Amino acid sequence: MSEKIVTITVDGKKITAPEGAWLLPVCLEHDIYIPSLCWLKEMDDPPASCRLCLVEIEGLPEPVASCRCPVREGMVVRTNSDEILKLRQVAFRLLVSTNDGHCNTCIANRSCELQQIAKFLHQPLRTKRLRHIDRDYPEIIDDHPVLMYEPKKCVLCGRCVYVCSQNERGYKLDFAKRGMDTIISFYGSDIDPAAKECADCLACTEICPVGALSSKEKWRRFIAEVRLKQEQKKQKPS
Amino acid sequence: MKQPTGSPVERLAVLGAAAGEAVERLRQSPVPVIEVGCATCGRAAGALETIAGFEEALAANGVEAEIRRVGCLGHCYAEPLVTIRYPGFPPLLYQKIGPGEAGILVRSFLKDGSDPCYEYLIGALEPDENFPTLMDYPRYLFEKRVVMEQCGLIDPEDIDHYLAAGGYRALAEGLEKGGEWVLEEVKAANLRGRGGAGFPAGRKWEIARSVDKTRVIICNGDEGDPGAYMDRTLLESNPHQVLEGLILAALAIGAGRALFYIRAEYPLAVEIMEKAIAAARERNLLGEDILGSGFTLEVGVFKGSGAFVCGEETALISSLSGHRGMPRPRPPYPAVAGLDGLPTIINNVKTLSTVPAIIRNGHQWFHEIGTENSPGTAIFSVVGEVEYPGLVEVPMGVTLAHLVNDICGGVKDGKALKAVQIGGPSGGCLPVSLLDTEIDFDSLKKVGAMMGSGGLVIMNEDTCMVEVARYFTDFTQGESCGKCTFCRIGTHHLREILKSITIGEGRIEELEDLEEISTSVIKGSLCSLGKTAPNPVLTTLRFFRDEYLAHIEEKRCPARMCRNLTAFYIDLEACARGCDACVACCPTEAIFTTSNRKKAIDQEKCVKCGECVYACPPEYDAVRRVSPPELIPDQGVQPLDSGAGSEKEQ
Ligand SMILES: Cc1cc2nc3c(=O)[nH]c(=O)nc-3n(C[C@H](O)[C@H](O)[C@H](O)COP(=O)(O)O)c2cc1C
Ligand code: SF4
Repeated sequence: MSEKIVTITVDGKKITAPEGAWLLPVCLEHDIYIPSLCWLKEMDDPPASCRLCLVEIEGLPEPVASCRCPVREGMVVRTNSDEILKLRQVAFRLLVSTNDGHCNTCIANRSCELQQIAKFLHQPLRTKRLRHIDRDYPEIIDDHPVLMYEPKKCVLCGRCVYVCSQNERGYKLDFAKRGMDTIISFYGSDIDPAAKECADCLACTEICPVGALSSKEKWRRFIAEVRLKQEQKKQKPS
Repeated sequence: MKQPTGSPVERLAVLGAAAGEAVERLRQSPVPVIEVGCATCGRAAGALETIAGFEEALAANGVEAEIRRVGCLGHCYAEPLVTIRYPGFPPLLYQKIGPGEAGILVRSFLKDGSDPCYEYLIGALEPDENFPTLMDYPRYLFEKRVVMEQCGLIDPEDIDHYLAAGGYRALAEGLEKGGEWVLEEVKAANLRGRGGAGFPAGRKWEIARSVDKTRVIICNGDEGDPGAYMDRTLLESNPHQVLEGLILAALAIGAGRALFYIRAEYPLAVEIMEKAIAAARERNLLGEDILGSGFTLEVGVFKGSGAFVCGEETALISSLSGHRGMPRPRPPYPAVAGLDGLPTIINNVKTLSTVPAIIRNGHQWFHEIGTENSPGTAIFSVVGEVEYPGLVEVPMGVTLAHLVNDICGGVKDGKALKAVQIGGPSGGCLPVSLLDTEIDFDSLKKVGAMMGSGGLVIMNEDTCMVEVARYFTDFTQGESCGKCTFCRIGTHHLREILKSITIGEGRIEELEDLEEISTSVIKGSLCSLGKTAPNPVLTTLRFFRDEYLAHIEEKRCPARMCRNLTAFYIDLEACARGCDACVACCPTEAIFTTSNRKKAIDQEKCVKCGECVYACPPEYDAVRRVSPPELIPDQGVQPLDSGAGSEKEQ
C-alpha cells in the first residue's frame, strides 16, 4: 500500500483513503455500512466468499466484492443501487433459507451477525419467499475434544478456517465436502496435544459470526442455563 | 543416446530423418500391419479383446502380421476401429471389429489378400481407384482436421511417428528464432483459449512474460465435463503434439517450470504422457540445453483428483499446492501471481495442441481457417440422439445445423431434433430455431450458450427440457466448491424448484424465483462455475417456457419423460394375442394378461421404467405413453383369471 492519499466517491459522498487500501474497511471507517460475514480486518487476502459486500464501481461491468477491491483515485462507488440491494437481499435470503432459525435457544442470540444484517437489510430471519432447506447435517458435532460445532447454524463464511490457518500450531479446521453438503471439518483433532492447544486458543469460537462454533465448556454452561429457564417457565404458570 | 550437433533446426533434421527411415521401414514391411484404436474409448468398446482375437487367429492360421496400437480417430459410433496395411492395398479402415470379425479378416484377407471384407470396410485412408475413400463420407469431407490430424493414425507411444510427420519442427524453429518470436506468432494468430473462456493465449503469455520471476506453464488436462473427452483423446492419441505445444509456450513466456495437470481418472493418458516426456527427453527435446539452444525445461505430470471445479485455474493451483481445490478471487490473476506466487500460465490441452501447427504454418495460415474473431478449428464431443456421435473437428464459424445434420448425420431413428445443449454442464440449450447460429466464441455467447470446452448434446423430441435443466443443475450444485453463497445455496434452490416441477409440484410463482436466483447467481458468484451454472435454466426458460407451463399448470410433461407425470398403457388394438414379449422385462411384474389374452399394465405396480416400450416387437408397437396419466383410455380391461371373461365366452 502506498502512502498516497486518494479521493473516491461513495454513494455521492467524497472520502479520502490511502491508495490501494481495500474498499470495505475504508467505507466502514467513514460510516458507510456494507454488510459482510466472511471478512476480517486482519486479512491480507480476503476470501470474498459471502458475497454480501458487493458494490457497483463505475466503469466496471459487474458488481465487485468491496472487501478486496483496491481503492483508486477518482473511483465512483455505489453501495445502495437497486441492483446491489437486490443482490444483497437474495444472498441474505439464500443464507437464512438454510438456517434453523431457533434464535431463542442459540448461544449467539443478540450477538449474532446474521441478526444484525437482517436488521440492516430489513429482512426477516425466516424467509417465506424460499423453501426452507433442512441441511443434511447432524444438529451437533461434538467429536472435537474442546469444540462444539452446530453445522445447521453455520454460514460457511470460513473465518474459523482463516484464524486457524494463522495459528502457528498448525492447521486444524478446513472445509470438507462439496455443494450443499459443504461443512467445516476438524483435522488432526484426534491428536491429544493439538486438542490441548485448541483449548488454549479458541480463536475460531471468538470470530464465528453466528455461534456455530463454541467451546464445549461454554456451550454446556449455556445449554444448562437454557434448560433451567425452560423449566422455570414451565413451572411458573402451574 | 548420441545427440546430433549444430543448430536446433539442423539437429532436428537429423532426428527427423532417422525417424522417417524407421517409419518408412515399417511401411515397406512385407508383413501386413494391423492398427487397432486403443485409446480409452476404443478400449471401452473392446479394442483389447479385438487384439486378442487377432493374435489368436493369426497364430491359428499361421499368418504373420504386426499388431500396433494407435489412438482414437474420433469415430465413436464405429469402434473398435482397425486399419489394415496390406502390401499392394491402400491402408483400409474397418469398423466395429470384435474378436469374431478379427478372425474373419485374418482368414479372408490377411492370409492371402484375396478378400478385403467389404462388409466391414469404411474406406481407404488414401485416394484409391478400387476403394471408396474416407473423403467420400460427409463426416470426413466437412471436417477440418488441424489438431486431430494425426489422431488414430500414428502410434502415440512411438515418438518416431510424430517426428516423421514433421513433429518438433516448430519447436526447432522456435528455439532458433527465440521465445519472443513464438509469442508474436501466437499473438498474431489470435489463438483463443479452447478451455472455455476463449481468452487470447498470446495476450495471456505476454502478461506472464512481463513479470520478472520464475514463470510456470501448466497444461490443463482436468476435463471434468461429463461426456467430454476430447482432451483425453488428444493426450492419448497424440501426446507429443501437446508436449511440443507446451514446450513452445514455455519458450514464449520464458518458463522455468512446466507441468501437466491430468485428472487421475485418466490413467492411460498419464501413462502415455509420461512415456512421451521420457522419449522427448532422450532426444534432448526436453531437459537441459534443448537441441543445443541454451533453453532448459523439465516437465512433470501431476495427477489431479477429480473435482470438476479443479479445472478452474485458481482452484487448480490450490489443488497443486496441496490444498482443497477452491477458487480464489482475482486479481491477482494467475498470470501475475499463481503457483507459489509465481506468474503462472494455464492453457487447455487443445490450445497447446494447436500451437505447433501455428508455428509451422504461420499465423496467416491460421487465419484462413475459421472466422475473423475466432480463427482456427473447434473440437466437439458430440453425444446424444445423433447418428454419428464422436469427436468432430470443424472450422469455427460453421453453423450448428451443418454440424448436426450434415456432419453427424442428423437425429437417430428418424426422430425430430428438439434442442442442442452446447458448452458442457453450464452451456445453454438452444432450440431448432437457433440452429443457424455459427459456432464461434462470440456468436454462441450472444444467444446465451457458450463454447465451453466443447460438449455438444443432441436432444430429440422425447427429451424434457425441464428435466434437462434439472439434470445439469444437479451436476453443478454437486460440484460447487461450497465457498460462496450464491453458488452453494442458489444452485441448490434452483435444483429443488426444478425437481418439484418435474414431479408435478411446481408453483407458477416459482418461475420468477428461478429467474431471480439465476440472474443473482450469475452476477454474484465468485468463479465461473457459479457464473455459468444457471445457463441451462435460463435458456430452457427462455426457449421452452411452454414446457415449464405445461408441467405446472396441466401437470403434463410434453415429452412424456417425467415419470410422475406420465403413464404407460398397452393399446389392446395393437397388442398381439398370445405374445408375452413384455412380461419378462417388467421389473415389478406389473404386466398381466387380459381376458382376451392380450396384455395390460397394472398402474399401481408400474414404476414407469419404459422397458416394455423396447420389449414390444416393432411390428406391434403396442405400448403407449401418455401425459398426464389421466389420459389412459378406458379399454375395459379385465384380467384373464377374474372370471368375468373366460376363454369360452370369446
Ligand atoms: C468450473 C470450471 C471448470 C473448468 N474446467 C476446465 C477443464 O477441465 N479444462 C480446461 O482446460 N479448462 C477448464 N476451465 C477453464 C480454465 O479455468 C481456464 O480458463 C483454461 O484452462 C485456460 O486455458 P485456455 O486459455 O487455453 O482455454 C474450467 C473453468 C471453470 C470455471
Ligand atoms: S462460484 Fe461456486 S465453485 Fe466458484 S467459488 Fe463460488 S461456490 Fe465455489
